[in-house]
Amino acid sequence: MINETLIPKIGVVTDIRKDTPDVKTFRVVGTDGKKLFEHMPGQCAMVSIPGVGECMFSITSSPTNKEYMEFSIKKCGCVTEVIHAIEVGQQITVRGPYGKNFPVEGDFKGKDLLFIAGGIGLAPLRSVINYVRHYRNNYGKVVIVYGARSKDDLVDIDEIKTEWMNEPNMEVYLTIDRPQDGWDGHVGFVPAYVKELGLDPNMTAVLCGPPIMIKFTLAGLLELGFDKSRVYTTLELRMKCGIGKCGRCNVGDKFVCKDGPVFRMTELDELPDEY
Amino acid sequence: MLKIAKERLNELYAKINESMGLFIPIKRAGEVNYAVWGEGKEVSLETLKTVKSPKNMFFPQTENMMQFKTEGKNIEIVDIREEYKELRPFVLFGVKACDYKAIEVLDKVFLADPVDTYYQNRREATTIVTLACSRPEESCFCGVFGIDATAPTGDVTTWLDGEYLYWQVNTEKGKALTALVKDLLTEGGEKEVASQQETTKTVLEKLPFANLDLSRFKPENLNELFEAKEWEEMSEACLGCGTCTFVCPTCQCFDIRDIKTNEGVLRYRCWDSCMYSDFTQMAGGNNRTTQLQRFRQRFMHKLVYYPSQNDGLYSCVGCGRCVNKCPQKLNIVKVIKTLGGKNND
Amino acid sequence: MKDVEMKMLERAKALLESGEVARVIGWKKGDFCFDPAPASFETVEELDNFVYDYFCGANLSKYLIQMSKKEGKTAVFLKPCDTYSFNQLVKEHRIKRENVYVIAVECMAKLDIEKIKAKGISMVESVEVVGKEVKVTSAYGVETLYKPDVVLTKCATCTKTHQVKDEEIILHERPARDVDRFEEVAKLEAMTADERFAFWREQLSKCIRCNACRNVCPACSCVKCVFDNPASGIAAKANDDKFEEQLFHVIRAFHVAGRCTDCGECSRVCPQNIPLHLLNRKFIKDIDNLYGEYQAGETDEGKTPLTSYTEGDAEPNDVMNGEAK
Repeated sequence: MINETLIPKIGVVTDIRKDTPDVKTFRVVGTDGKKLFEHMPGQCAMVSIPGVGECMFSITSSPTNKEYMEFSIKKCGCVTEVIHAIEVGQQITVRGPYGKNFPVEGDFKGKDLLFIAGGIGLAPLRSVINYVRHYRNNYGKVVIVYGARSKDDLVDIDEIKTEWMNEPNMEVYLTIDRPQDGWDGHVGFVPAYVKELGLDPNMTAVLCGPPIMIKFTLAGLLELGFDKSRVYTTLELRMKCGIGKCGRCNVGDKFVCKDGPVFRMTELDELPDEY
Repeated sequence: MLKIAKERLNELYAKINESMGLFIPIKRAGEVNYAVWGEGKEVSLETLKTVKSPKNMFFPQTENMMQFKTEGKNIEIVDIREEYKELRPFVLFGVKACDYKAIEVLDKVFLADPVDTYYQNRREATTIVTLACSRPEESCFCGVFGIDATAPTGDVTTWLDGEYLYWQVNTEKGKALTALVKDLLTEGGEKEVASQQETTKTVLEKLPFANLDLSRFKPENLNELFEAKEWEEMSEACLGCGTCTFVCPTCQCFDIRDIKTNEGVLRYRCWDSCMYSDFTQMAGGNNRTTQLQRFRQRFMHKLVYYPSQNDGLYSCVGCGRCVNKCPQKLNIVKVIKTLGGKNND
Repeated sequence: MKDVEMKMLERAKALLESGEVARVIGWKKGDFCFDPAPASFETVEELDNFVYDYFCGANLSKYLIQMSKKEGKTAVFLKPCDTYSFNQLVKEHRIKRENVYVIAVECMAKLDIEKIKAKGISMVESVEVVGKEVKVTSAYGVETLYKPDVVLTKCATCTKTHQVKDEEIILHERPARDVDRFEEVAKLEAMTADERFAFWREQLSKCIRCNACRNVCPACSCVKCVFDNPASGIAAKANDDKFEEQLFHVIRAFHVAGRCTDCGECSRVCPQNIPLHLLNRKFIKDIDNLYGEYQAGETDEGKTPLTSYTEGDAEPNDVMNGEAK
């Protein structure tokens, strides 16, 4: 087995789940049927279809899953389009894990946690939410606010409904942007919903979603009295190497691939406004 | 101190080349760049600045990384680096003080954990013979970064004058190389070298950029410098080409790409430039859409971001290649003078 | 040259003061006497750094693609050869003509600092031109050079005269020059195919794919170059001295054929001094031979030989044989 930083491992896609019209979740194991490598919640991996390209994706499955890894991938470019077309049994290449994880064994411990996600932004949070569920006693109350354009765009809705919503001491709030037939839940944008819910500002918050959602949700949280040093998010920039060398994801004195993708809001405040 | 007569240098090159590869400034089609030495090649040690720096000895402009053979749904990865693993040791000859310092800058990127093994393989196979400068020119400003152009280190340091190449061993690798060519070297030269150094130093002190003030380029000024209104004026003539990047001895950005060949998919990496419009292009957007942003990124990286990640070490060594080569005469010196501090006026 | 500079400065001041233009594109002083950089000036105060001398070789016309889209008029100083690029860009609707105020200025052949340095001169402090003599003062003394030896390659064979109509002109009368710009091309044509192949391989082996030639070229005005477009299937960045990679320059020469005005910026900016202009010039010479004499950029309207069909056009066979009818 080649063990080099930039040379990937071969993964086999063993299951493909269509979550939404443009998001699929791919289950991946090594050629020996075992998990490719261990990771921590929030870390990423470079996934590639040789000849098409290599892209960074967050590992959606929890590290507590010892059998396989999962990637929830939204179709939005050349590489993801090809990835969406693959079938079970297809081999892909994977290298990682890359980047810093959420401080699940650090600052998160013993805290009440608030997870706010928009659309595909749930992908990196799913890993940490399931990790927290696994080690449930290490954390306080958990609140999840998740929104998408429509009910069909809510990723992992089955898992949310059958597992998360039945978890003790865990509240799940779903919302969609516009009213829709067959939806009797909340309607409205995530930032507004967060303010409506009047959440406890002592919680540690994690935001993930489109930049515009992050911007307005953060403003809402600050209004509610949240402390920026206890609000986390993830950044997404163009990456090629994943190990802080190719220069692409550099912003200020940080490389998103190496020093991120998880950042505290207070860390982002110190960075030049270029992400 | 050892020495060899200038007219016998070809014998020295040939001797080294018997057991090691030799990369040395060679004139080809009118321009001098580092290239593989061979009988009949026109070596030009006198050239102060090769167009490209020697960085491509460790970090080639294009480097094949691996190959993928695909069959049906299966993929096989072929490590095609056997050629490098067997790469015979080579000597990089004639490296100037600035370019030598630049290798230190690159090492901090490529050899930092996780190590870039492609770079490391080449780096470890190399013995570096540096060459002191004796006739610096107006675009040189290595002294600003604390570099002594008259006394570079490396495994062996050499000095060249009208008659001799003087040779000083610095390391074990240098010792081994010297043992290989000892029959061609004789003792002597301390006095000549000292006198050359003294003369050169008087020129170095008088260089027009000798006293550039870098005092404002500190991590704590990061955001203030980033927001400086002068970036607009400084970048307006920038063509967005990669000349400065590619002649720069410390620029290390690269791209990784796949290409389909008859033998399968070849994954290679190649130099890239933060000056290029598509450098940060993603399917979901681009965080640097203007040339001002890209221009600022390059210089902020060299003067602020890199130093704040690397204990204050600047990622510019004052080689002056960008000063000479920018098509529109923009360069890092103009940035330093504009933003660096009041002592630049 | 000093008097031309004075007149230019006067006009720039007047145009900015009167508000007739919002900005003036010219050159600003560098750190040395030989590194003026293209710049835009929006106020009279900024003009303190204005300069026009023997090192203002850059062709400013391409900047107008962006500048002419800005609010207010842009005045620009164009040397005779630059006016051809300007016309061509106007013809191709790249420049909003009504937003540009052109001032054609004398050129007098610009100097190439690399050629001066190649004479073994460094630490240049000042350069003075008197007729065909170039007096270079450096820290090591004064040397007098023969001007034709140290002018920019593009200036060496230039016979261009200013071509922008109805605009202001700051020019000296200049006698017609008797030079043949196709001499170098003819030398290449006289080579055997193998010799020519070897010549270009040797030259193009130096290419570092910095794209300076493309980015400076007024004829390369695509919003997104095919080589930068990942969806094109031929996006490329890598440099390789395989001949395939070197074909970049040949492809580029094809793309600009019939539109290249022979401004010579490609060769001026090449960090490896590859004589790229010779590829374009070969096309120009062939177009002249096959379709009759044609100079791109002579006017800002009309049809071009490669974009129009006439019954008498050269047949593919004639082109293959390199002969006009």
